[in-house]
Amino acid sequence: MEKIGILEGRQRQIYEKKGEETAFDITCETTSLSGSVSQRACVFCGSRVVLYPVADALHVVHGPIGCAAYTWDIRGAVSSGPELHRLSFSTDLKEMDVIYGGEKKLYLSLLELIERYQPKAAFIYSTCIIGLIGDDIDAVCKKVSQEKGIPVLPVHSEGFKGTKKDGYKAACDSLMKLVGTGSTEGIGKYSINILGEFNLAGEAWIIRSYYEQMGIEVVSTMTGDGRVDDIRRSHGASLNIVQCSGSMVRLAKQMEEKYSIPCLRVSYFGIEDMSKALYDVARHFSDNPAIMEAAKKLVSREVGKLYPQLQQFRRELAGKKVAIYVGGAFKAFSLIKALASVDMKVVLAGSQTGNKDDYNSLKEMCDEGTVIVDDSNPVELSKFVLEKEADLLIGGVKERPIAYKLGIGFCDHNHERKIPLAGFEGMYNFIREVYNSVMSPVWQFAPRKGGLSS
Amino acid sequence: MKTAKTATQNACKLCNPLGACLAFRGIEECVPFLHGSQGCATYIRRYLISHFKEPVDIASSNFNEDTAVFGGSHNLKLGLKNVTQQYRPKVIGLATTCLSETIGDDVDMILKEYVRLFDEGEPLPNGEPLPLMIHASTPSYQGSHIDGFQAAMRATVAKLAEAGPKKNLLNLFPNMVSPADLRYMKEVLKDFAIPYVLLPDYSETLDGGPWAEYHRIPKGGTPVNAIRETGMSAASVEFTSTLATEKSPAGFLEQEFDVPRYTMPLPIGIKQSDAFFGLLEKLSETPLPEKYEDERRRLVDAYADGHKYLFGKKAIVYGEEDLVVAMTAFLSETGIDPVLCASGGKSGRLKKRLLELVPGFEEKGGKIRDGVDFVDIEDEAKVLKPDLLIGNSKGYTMSRKNGILFIRIGFPIHDRFGGQRLHHLGYRGTQELFDRIVNTVIEQRQSSSPIGYTYM
Repeated sequence: MEKIGILEGRQRQIYEKKGEETAFDITCETTSLSGSVSQRACVFCGSRVVLYPVADALHVVHGPIGCAAYTWDIRGAVSSGPELHRLSFSTDLKEMDVIYGGEKKLYLSLLELIERYQPKAAFIYSTCIIGLIGDDIDAVCKKVSQEKGIPVLPVHSEGFKGTKKDGYKAACDSLMKLVGTGSTEGIGKYSINILGEFNLAGEAWIIRSYYEQMGIEVVSTMTGDGRVDDIRRSHGASLNIVQCSGSMVRLAKQMEEKYSIPCLRVSYFGIEDMSKALYDVARHFSDNPAIMEAAKKLVSREVGKLYPQLQQFRRELAGKKVAIYVGGAFKAFSLIKALASVDMKVVLAGSQTGNKDDYNSLKEMCDEGTVIVDDSNPVELSKFVLEKEADLLIGGVKERPIAYKLGIGFCDHNHERKIPLAGFEGMYNFIREVYNSVMSPVWQFAPRKGGLSS
Repeated sequence: MKTAKTATQNACKLCNPLGACLAFRGIEECVPFLHGSQGCATYIRRYLISHFKEPVDIASSNFNEDTAVFGGSHNLKLGLKNVTQQYRPKVIGLATTCLSETIGDDVDMILKEYVRLFDEGEPLPNGEPLPLMIHASTPSYQGSHIDGFQAAMRATVAKLAEAGPKKNLLNLFPNMVSPADLRYMKEVLKDFAIPYVLLPDYSETLDGGPWAEYHRIPKGGTPVNAIRETGMSAASVEFTSTLATEKSPAGFLEQEFDVPRYTMPLPIGIKQSDAFFGLLEKLSETPLPEKYEDERRRLVDAYADGHKYLFGKKAIVYGEEDLVVAMTAFLSETGIDPVLCASGGKSGRLKKRLLELVPGFEEKGGKIRDGVDFVDIEDEAKVLKPDLLIGNSKGYTMSRKNGILFIRIGFPIHDRFGGQRLHHLGYRGTQELFDRIVNTVIEQRQSSSPIGYTYM
């Protein structure tokens, strides 16, 4: 087997934990190296995935057709009502529009779409080409908003203007324009907004129900089964609960500054983090001990149910090795803890968008020999997966075929999953899925197990 | 009915660079490379992976704000160097995006500068000669994915084809068909004992076996040396109904190297398959092998066995224009009435070609529309009330909402398993399509019957 090397420009983004003496100074939060076949997407992608679950808003992609076509119904974010978010709208710019500008086409498109679909608001995403030709989408949005009487919000998400993370910021800036525009009447003291939870396969409903069982009012789920009117009044909540590696941290901070709403960062994956998320919120509302009582009751009930089930899996999964490569590093933390509960061992932990603090935490959490990597690519991932003899890869759509080609189990932990993995129920689903993949008899035919290769 | 609309709603097409990347995957030892933002490569990879279920590595020059302002030259050169070092390709298939096209990067000049660097003594990225670089111009505000696909293949022959003494060799340009179709075409040509160049050929690169180690470039694809010989071939056969000569790889070979170009619709259905096999008989001066006569006989037999299920059923067909034309011809010979033939593409030739192939189509009430999206198709469906919807996975939502039977063909198929193994071409491909259509109708009859017949 030919030894696979690491590109010169990438060496400082990879670290292998070997004793304490190694200085740890991973390079991250930079743009991807040209030609490195990064697994990352772009600014537009970041905005689109964050705002996607606002289900009663119109989402219009201003640019040539590709950007809209590839994000058509891409997320598993489900809605309990309107499903406008699952459609794909584009100004589908042609050569003449690029030469003469696309403002008029955007204007006409918006009028037409608002007429047809009667949305509560509209998000207008600018793509690479809009950044170049300089269409004034703010002006068009303002005009249409005045004419149609609904918020029409520009999202400055030109693909080349940074990484996916910058797209999160653009999305937060757009949402912030909605926040504070509705009435907060009737919102009680023990109230929260749920941020950064995308309701994939109904996960937000699970989380929401936990909080409600604790006697907490959920004002807005913002980015999961989201509704424009809820977002408009979300500044009436007492606390923001933010999940995910920072996609909504900016909004929470802005709301803290403007409306003095404190925020808590949590994760809903795994027993440990899920329980902590509930306890942290209960602790915040410590003037009402009933909330903590309810949280304890809930956790003890759910863990009581879940624990024996996990023990079944643990017997066979203990000692199996896992490689994790996910979008945000925060998710990796939860996954490492969740996998530890069945005694699985993490041999690679990486993310597309982690920062120095994230990687430091990863380093603390991981065992000797674990590879930590920022903004990786298929060649590196496959190299480490094979070298470390992983039994499972956890990632997204682009990582899946790497695992399967090499005859390794895979668990999808990105925004396309169709089974809820959050909460206590989700933890069971997650470990069961891990078990189903790792223990499948099909891997006996894999070349690395002595089967024939192509 | 409302006048033409402005916004595209649920597009019935994809972008130009996607087609180019797919086609480049059909060249041996080739890595596709997109000159533009990172997102384009990632989205296209994700999209292709969902259909083919294979790793699809596409490099990107990864523009940032500075690149967009000052030009992509530096990023492109660095990217080429890195991808050469990491992937060790023989060929880099370079396609532009809307971004690099609009800032006006002169890619050919940048490539020349890049090559000159090494001529002047810069160490080679992997110590071996530089890969061949094929550049296709594919701005995403022009045409759709099929245009990118053809542009990449035209650029490939334009770059590689060489003149020379005529050879007993046939070029086959199969269009954007499935890996299974490509394998079938190879089998046919082999059975006719016709030496051939099939371009592109992603039958293995996008539908291969398991790996012991990561194959940076999967094995398979049309070899570069074979592509060089396309200029010396005795003829080219090109499956297309709508491709303009100036955009066609076979057209290029005809103009530059006097290789006769035979253009025909995708061979779907008995008549079009007859035309294709007939042409092969003529070109090879070999009678149709017994095996294909048998395939044809079975198909005719199946048409008879299944005709009552299909006669008079109304169908909407959509997808790339070439696929729509060929499918319409096939459906018409089975007794199905295509009531709408629709495409997101806009070559300007759809209607003319379709009417040539299916005379009397419009008199029977059939509609032909190009440049449409799924909202247009759905609006039409509400009036036309079809029994069947035939096209790629993107029609699923409308089929479900409107209760129309759905048959998946073409690309993308990402809500079913095995899209890459679907047959469309020749007697055998037609047979599989025909069986699926009949069974879809039977399944519905069965499930809507109060008795639940066990013999249909």
